[in-house]
Amino acid sequence: MYQFNYERPKTLADAEALLAKADDPKILAGGQTLIPTLKQRLAMPSDLIDIGGIKDLDFIRAEGDAVMIGAATRHAKVAQSADVKKHNPALAALAAGIGDPAVRHMGTLGGSIANNDPAADYPAACLALDAKIHTTKRLIEADEFFKGMFETALQDSEIIKEVTFPHPEKAAYMKFRNPASRYAMVGVFVSKGPWGIRVAVTGAGQNGVFRVAEMEEALAKNWSPDAVANIKVPARGLNADLHGTAEYRAHLVTVMAKRAVAAAG
Amino acid sequence: MSEAAREGIGQPVRRKEDFRFITGNGHYTDDISRPRQTYAYFLRSPHAHARIRAIDTSAAETAPGVVAVFTGRQVADDGLGGLICGWTVTSKDGTPMKVGPHPILALDTVRYVGDHVALVVAETLADARAAAELIEVDYEALPATVALDACQASDAAQVHAEAPRNTCFEWELGNKAETEAAFARAARVVKLDLTNNRLIPNAMEPRAAIGEYDKGSGIYTLHTTSQNPHVARLVLSAFVGVAPEHKLRVIAPDVGGGFGSKIFIYAEETACVWAAAKVGRPIKWTGDRSEAFLSDAHGRDHLSHAELALDPDGKFLGLRVKTVANLGAYLSTFSAAVPTYLYGTLLSGQYDIPAIHVEVDGVYTHTAPVDAYRGAGRPEATYLLERIVETAARETGIDPAEIRRRNFIRSFPHQTPVIMNYDAGDYQASLDAALEEIDYRGFAARKSEAAKRGKLRGIGISSYIEACGLAPSAAVGSLGAGVGLWESAEVRVNPTGNVEVLTGSHSHGQGHETTFAQLVASRLGIPISNVEIVHGDTDKVQFGMGTYGSRSGAVGMSAIDKALDKIEAKAKKIAAHLMEAAVEDITFENGAFTVQGTDKSLVWAEVSLAAYTAHGFPAGEIEPGLKEGAFYDPTNFTFPAGAHICEVEVDPDTGIAEIVKFVAVDDFGTIINPMIVEGQVHGGIAQGIGQALLEHGVYDPTSGQLVTGSYMDYCMPRADDLPSFTLGFTKTICPSNPLGMKGCGEAGAIASPPAVINAVTDALGIRDIEMPATPARIWQALQSAAPRAAAE
Repeated sequence: MYQFNYERPKTLADAEALLAKADDPKILAGGQTLIPTLKQRLAMPSDLIDIGGIKDLDFIRAEGDAVMIGAATRHAKVAQSADVKKHNPALAALAAGIGDPAVRHMGTLGGSIANNDPAADYPAACLALDAKIHTTKRLIEADEFFKGMFETALQDSEIIKEVTFPHPEKAAYMKFRNPASRYAMVGVFVSKGPWGIRVAVTGAGQNGVFRVAEMEEALAKNWSPDAVANIKVPARGLNADLHGTAEYRAHLVTVMAKRAVAAAG
Repeated sequence: MSEAAREGIGQPVRRKEDFRFITGNGHYTDDISRPRQTYAYFLRSPHAHARIRAIDTSAAETAPGVVAVFTGRQVADDGLGGLICGWTVTSKDGTPMKVGPHPILALDTVRYVGDHVALVVAETLADARAAAELIEVDYEALPATVALDACQASDAAQVHAEAPRNTCFEWELGNKAETEAAFARAARVVKLDLTNNRLIPNAMEPRAAIGEYDKGSGIYTLHTTSQNPHVARLVLSAFVGVAPEHKLRVIAPDVGGGFGSKIFIYAEETACVWAAAKVGRPIKWTGDRSEAFLSDAHGRDHLSHAELALDPDGKFLGLRVKTVANLGAYLSTFSAAVPTYLYGTLLSGQYDIPAIHVEVDGVYTHTAPVDAYRGAGRPEATYLLERIVETAARETGIDPAEIRRRNFIRSFPHQTPVIMNYDAGDYQASLDAALEEIDYRGFAARKSEAAKRGKLRGIGISSYIEACGLAPSAAVGSLGAGVGLWESAEVRVNPTGNVEVLTGSHSHGQGHETTFAQLVASRLGIPISNVEIVHGDTDKVQFGMGTYGSRSGAVGMSAIDKALDKIEAKAKKIAAHLMEAAVEDITFENGAFTVQGTDKSLVWAEVSLAAYTAHGFPAGEIEPGLKEGAFYDPTNFTFPAGAHICEVEVDPDTGIAEIVKFVAVDDFGTIINPMIVEGQVHGGIAQGIGQALLEHGVYDPTSGQLVTGSYMDYCMPRADDLPSFTLGFTKTICPSNPLGMKGCGEAGAIASPPAVINAVTDALGIRDIEMPATPARIWQALQSAAPRAAAE
């Protein structure tokens, strides 16, 4: 680790002020990606602004037809929340399957989507559930938020406050884990709700999470596993490495979509 | 039952050492700190192959906290030798293996990513790391030789000028003419090309070292994560020349796993102990996991072509094998022995094969050194043989269990065509027990039931043998070993009757503090809590050879047993004197000395106290004291053997192979502690399944960068990758040591990979799949293969 200044503000306003004046700051939430990166000396921020001390960012609230989750809410809390389990069990199950217990008790929703790791789980949920991402500056639709591998619509001094997940009618997430890292090699989140039908894929794409229009259209006509069984996403643009070819990942998208629809009921 | 009997041989006693480990009270090398200690960081090569034009350390030397910076130049100027390989292999043309120099810090060339370029010593590890980034190395990057199948090409980049075509040796074993004759009269020849994948050991505790030097006495002390501290001291003194043997103390304290990777003498501990005298302060180095991936000696990595000749009844007539074995960029401490005398000698397996001929080319590549890793050569031999036997069964249509039965060795001793003389075994017994346990006859029904669920079910057998309990000194000496492979023990009985056992073996997870104490409890009738096992310190323990090759039971405990014989003999003499009886009339049982046919008796503690009071001992007949030592040299290897059977279900949609049943029936001869033995088998199978399905050390074929340099890409087996294992034991007593023991530490890793791959290929209806059989590879195989009919 290289040296850095460490700040732990108590309010969002203080955090924003610290962000604005630092040379090359990083926001520290759960630290499940950032801390290993620092330990390997792969990043050299001037300042770490730890938002863990801001109480207002850690909450889960069910209101009307949506669940609101604070950005600093840890995965384990989402997984165990009675409100999330009741209104959005697919989201609770997704949170329960992120990483391992240590990761789930440290990692946060805001940290996950701000980092936008192409193999992270939450981006698939946000995109498939038509989530609204509230920041210190504005509201960003999930469709507009994820911009590519490790890239989001967030500006430098912008902090995620909360994410609103409207209740789905039906939803499920199926993940094929990379055997070594246990990250999603292919994760498919399917949903049916006020927004229509959505199918979001994480892990497979070189540019991070993406939707599969052809599957969404097929499911709109016929909500059943068979509807997607013969739809293949193109291998082009998918990751290929020693864990599998792009063709294998394309195949797994179909398999996981089929299983997700079956699980959603 | 007395307490001693409850804790004696054969009892599943809980491990004495575990309380200390699980409560965080162990003392691993990194837990130890010495006064005025400094910290080491090694600058490593980012290139697989490069010439070093210049190294500028000036900025690093003046960086905050830096005590000193060393490069290969200073090491060479100090006259230090390089690291050695302790086993000389001779090529078939009679020439000795071609050894390139192995400097402690690179002089003018780096030969793998992670090779050692400079040592920075500083007040803190952070200071050392920061300073290392200031070292300017002017590299001229050169083409690298990485791929095993191309490294012997005439245009491949040369790793060492001493070894043309990157070939260290071209070794052979067996009778070529007889083997060719066997093939000439064969009714059928089965051929198979096989890859044995490279593995990276990953012991839980990374390697670590603390070097120090006492100016007053001139004594160097090295704390290090070693499986064999005396061997480390011998190499560092006699070959590297760090210090004379009597001025170097090597301590291997608690060590968290080795699996072979901590046998070897590496650059890091050598540099730390050498540099400690230069800076006049202790130097600590603790490797991190990334360094372990790069620089611990890797395992396996063979390419082989095998051919098996059969008669019309499926009897094996001959086996011929051609193997290319990767040695990496430098020869490590025992690397030449692994793909030769620990591999070719096991190719007869459990079978009566009249003629065998094996050729092995040991080759250099620009990758980390490859050396012994749990099983060392024997997993490679077993994989090859059990895969080709399975293939022969499929090609002849003979049931896989039946073809093995037809070829089993049934009388002992049995001389194989490849050196080994098997002393005892009953291969049919372990196979029958395993078949029974897994319900072999019911497999077809299970397969069709699985098919209804859309799963492909397969079954695979591995009837393995291995040679361990290394090893008769004369035998290994005649094969090129630079050392003898006996073991030593000293038993010290204290006046109060408790006992210290000093052993040349070293425990790094095996539970010696318990099993060795169980032997003493059985022999002397005292509780294991009254026995202290002392190991791992060259200042405390007499010269010993250490722990590897499943030798600590068969060889190490035999040495203790021999020393206990002497203890018992002397104690009887003392008891006879005390009870005024003839020594021939003294019996010793359950800790009591009795004059036969009388009620005169003394307990153990009375005799041990008398040994030290020595009142009235007849002069010249009984010396005071009760302390005896023994060196035990085994008369043969031991030959654990057994049958492992694996059942898998493959999900054709994802390619995931789930192990649904795994049965292992092993013959380890006498078992001291069944609980510990089961733990050893579990761990070995986990590593074998890791090799078969999960683990793969991969270098980029062009750049030579290690692609699997962390757990993000190197897939270690986890609990949920493994089934519950069903274990069974058969027993033939090993006649080659006094306790009748065979080794159990490596058997699981040796036996299991072919069982798994035989099951996977059976499920898929294909001839072969490369290890590890990952979901991606299995799915790919399903896309390209025409699966066999379900009825087959």
